[in-house]
Amino acid sequence: MANSSSTWADGCWAVLRKDIQSEFRTRYAFNAVVVFAITTLAVVSYSAQVVGAGSRLLSPLLWIIILFSAMSGLSRTFVREEDAGTANTLRLVAEPTAVYVGKLLFNTALLAVLDVLIVPLFLVLMDVSVGNLFLFVVILITGSVSIAATATFVAAIVSKASVRSALFAVLSFPLLVPVLVAAVQGTEASLRGASIPEGMPFVRILTAFAGAMVAVGLLLFEHVWNEA
Amino acid sequence: MSKEAELEGVKQSVVSGAYKAFVGVWMTGVILAAFLYSPEIANLKGTQIVYFHVPCAWLASLAFLGSGIYAVLYLRRQNLELDVKSASAAELGLLFCVLATVTGAVFSKANWGMAWNWDPRQTTIAALLLMYLAYFALRSALVGAEKRAAISGVYAVAACVVMPFLVFVLPRAFESLHPTVVRRGGMDPEIAVVLAASTLGFTAFGVWIFRLRVALGSIALSRMEEPL
Repeated sequence: MANSSSTWADGCWAVLRKDIQSEFRTRYAFNAVVVFAITTLAVVSYSAQVVGAGSRLLSPLLWIIILFSAMSGLSRTFVREEDAGTANTLRLVAEPTAVYVGKLLFNTALLAVLDVLIVPLFLVLMDVSVGNLFLFVVILITGSVSIAATATFVAAIVSKASVRSALFAVLSFPLLVPVLVAAVQGTEASLRGASIPEGMPFVRILTAFAGAMVAVGLLLFEHVWNEA
Repeated sequence: MSKEAELEGVKQSVVSGAYKAFVGVWMTGVILAAFLYSPEIANLKGTQIVYFHVPCAWLASLAFLGSGIYAVLYLRRQNLELDVKSASAAELGLLFCVLATVTGAVFSKANWGMAWNWDPRQTTIAALLLMYLAYFALRSALVGAEKRAAISGVYAVAACVVMPFLVFVLPRAFESLHPTVVRRGGMDPEIAVVLAASTLGFTAFGVWIFRLRVALGSIALSRMEEPL
C-alpha cells in the first residue's frame, strides 16, 4: 500500500527511477532504439545520392529515423510490466497518474538520449549545415516530447491487447501525423536558415499537440490502467 | 399488443416514414439545385461536387466528435449501450470520411490532373482515415465487452482530440490547393443556400443511418453477441 507520507511526486520519481534502473540492467529498449536508429542512418547515408541532398529530403529522413526508432522501443515500458507480472503490484503501490507521468518521463528521457546520439551523427554523415540552430533544437525538443507523449499513451492501451507490436505502430502513426508534418516542415525551415518568427507556427503546433497529448493521457490513463 | 401500444407503433412508423420521405425529397431538391441553380465557382471544373464533398467531411467530423463524446460518457457511466453508440458513430464517420476523400480525389483529378498528390488536405484526411481504421483494429484485438469498450473508448477520445489538429489546424498552416470557399466577403448567397441545404439534408440522413446502426448494435448486445 502507498505509504501515507509519500506524495504523488514521490510516486512519479520512484517509477522513473525504477524504470531507469531496470533499463540499465537489460538495456533492451535502449538497444532496440539506438541500434535501429544507427542502422537506418547507416543504410540511408550509404546511398551517395542522399548525402548533401538538401534540407527538403533530409528533414523527412531525420524524422523517419526518430519516429521508427521510437516505435521500436517506446512500448517496452508498459509491455514489460504486463509480461513480467509486476503490473498489479504497481497498481497497488502507486497512483495511476503518478505511474503515467513516471513512464512518460522515462520515455521522454529515452528519446532525448536517442536524439543526442543520432542527430549529431546525422548532421555529420549527411553533410548538412544547420541554418538556424536554435529553431532546429526547439523543433527537435517539442517534436520528441510529442512523440514520447503519444507513444506512452498508446503503449498503455496496447499493453492490454493481443497483437502488441503491430498494433502499437498502427495506433500511433495516425495520431502522430500532425507531429510529423509540423516537425518535418519546421526542421526543413530551420536547416535552410529561416528566422524564428517564420518557424513559430510549427513550434506552436508541436507544443499544442504535446500539451494536448499529455493532458489526454493524464485524464484517461486511469481507465486503461485499472481495466484488469 | 394492447390497442394503445399498436396505435403508438403505427404513429411512430408513420412519423419515421414521413421523415425518411422528407429527407429523400429534400436531397433530390438539393441535387437538382446543385446542377441547375448554383453558379460555377472560381473557374474550377465540376464544382457541383462541393455540395456533396463538404457535407460528407462535415458529417465525418461531427460523427467522430460524437464518437469521442459517447466514449467519455461510457467511461463515466459504464453503460455498454453508450459503447455501441460510440462505435456506431465511428463507423458512420469512417464511411463519410471515405466518401469525402473519394469526392476530393475526383475533383482533384478533374481540375489538376492528379487524383492524389499529398496536398496537406489530402494528407490530413488520409491520417483521419488511418486513425479510425486503427480504432477498429484495436477493437478487434481486445477480448471482453467491458475491456473492449473501455480501452477503445480511451483511444476514441484521443482520436477526437487529435482530429481538430488534422481537420482545422494543419491544412490552414500550409499552402494547399484546396479551394477556400469562405472568403472575407462571405460566400455567394446562391452557393451558401444550396450548401446549407445540402449539409442539413446530409445531417438528417446521417442521423437516420446512425439510429439504425445503434438499434442493430443494441439488439446484438442484448443477445450477448458481439455488436461491433
